Amino acid sequence: MQVNEYKPLIVAFCCNWCSYAGADLAGNNRLNYPADVKIIRVPCSCRVNPMFILRAFQRGADGVILCGCHPGDCHYTSGNYYTRRRMSLLFSMLDYLGIERERTRVEWVSAAEGAKFAATMNDFVEKVTALGENKRLEDLRCKK
Amino acid sequence: MQEIKREILINKAKDLLADGTVDRVLGWKAGEFDYDVTPAVFNSADEIEGDFVWNGFCGANFSKYLVKETLKGDGKVLVFLKPCDTYSFNQLLTEHRFDREKVYAVGVPCNGMVDVNKIKEETDSVVSIDFDGGNTVVHTLYDGDLSLPTEKLLSERCVNCKSKKHVAYDELLGEDGEVCDSGRFDEVARLEKMTPDERFEFWQNELSRCIRCNACRDVCPACTCEKCVFDNPESPVENKAPANSFEEKMFHIIRAFHVVGRCTDCGECSRVCPQHIPLHLLNRKFIKDIDELYGEYQAGSVLGNRAPIVDYKLDDAEPSEAVERGDENA
Ligand code: SF4
Ligand code: SF4
Ligand code: FES
Repeated sequence: MQVNEYKPLIVAFCCNWCSYAGADLAGNNRLNYPADVKIIRVPCSCRVNPMFILRAFQRGADGVILCGCHPGDCHYTSGNYYTRRRMSLLFSMLDYLGIERERTRVEWVSAAEGAKFAATMNDFVEKVTALGENKRLEDLRCKK
Repeated sequence: MQEIKREILINKAKDLLADGTVDRVLGWKAGEFDYDVTPAVFNSADEIEGDFVWNGFCGANFSKYLVKETLKGDGKVLVFLKPCDTYSFNQLLTEHRFDREKVYAVGVPCNGMVDVNKIKEETDSVVSIDFDGGNTVVHTLYDGDLSLPTEKLLSERCVNCKSKKHVAYDELLGEDGEVCDSGRFDEVARLEKMTPDERFEFWQNELSRCIRCNACRDVCPACTCEKCVFDNPESPVENKAPANSFEEKMFHIIRAFHVVGRCTDCGECSRVCPQHIPLHLLNRKFIKDIDELYGEYQAGSVLGNRAPIVDYKLDDAEPSEAVERGDENA
């Protein structure tokens, strides 16, 4: 089979208090998820402003996923509620511009959900792999 | 709505200067061409008598000028505001961007402003332009005198006017109008119904024409930061990107996102764009989404309103639901 030689570059923003710990747990439990996922730890999901997401795409990411605590469980009480509105509007705008919607995702992953973390990443990577290289958001100046 | 005459505006300005209510006036003045009417500060009755312009090219929204102008001198500034301008005025006040005490705001009714590009579609040799009742009389070099119904020349934002009602003023000239029912979201809805490929094509076509002059940002009453990432030479986003590249979209998404919940849909960005990029279609997408997802919201309509982007409900839609919500009628 000559299907995917291609390995996508995935950026995952993970909040320190839940999802990052969830990723840790996935690791501790020896759960597999692709090494193409590059995790960036943020203090809270709402630390991620839309520019972070766009920058990641500009610098060559093929998919960007943002993980935070479940609604109601944010370490700072309400950060993820703001994240939810912000990302709803941003993703809807990206869709409006004709960018494939499978390239972006928000997922709530708690510190206890190592399995969910691994499953989410596997699924996300699979979807992005199917889409192939990110052409619509690439920046020619950032090409190496 | 009645036509308001230049005389009424300049007499009002002269009176307010004479009785000391204000010590300068923010108004419109002739530019190089008849259609280049430009914002100006007038300091005396003579200047006003000589240079003050009030016609179908007074599109400029002065609200943003108040941010800097109110910092100069102790006296008050007189500002003339069309109905749509008052939304920006309120929004800036909500954001504490200028001192209300330093301003005397006079509301002027508006029948819509002309888009010179619609005149240029009829002739490419405009010499001068007059307004005569409901007609715009264009004197040209090669096509003689053209008398065009002004109604047919209105800019997009005036055709789709959201309100003829002033939401802030100290004094009103003439009668006030009503909030309008307009088709301002129709074009957004049309785009939403396209396939992603068609939409990408559409925006690539529009946004790749951008020359990154930043005029849309500079004119925007919601963009009043002192420092902007798009001016920073250390950021890789200061300049025009190669065609077919993401950066033009980055600029435009960020520009529009930056004003989410604060953009009053005043239409200034689309008016000033030298490349005729329909920037309002980006702003209105956000406004439409907010209306649909979080309840109708018009920035600037009420002083002190809290924008939906800095608010939340426990049962808000998830981002995936927000994106997929329009699918069944696509
Ligand atoms: S983004 Fe455009 S329409 Fe919105 S406030 Fe700024 S200039 Fe006006
Ligand atoms: S005014 Fe038009 S050309 Fe200039 S930066 Fe804005 S969109 Fe680009
Ligand atoms: S701390 Fe995890 S989302 Fe706020």
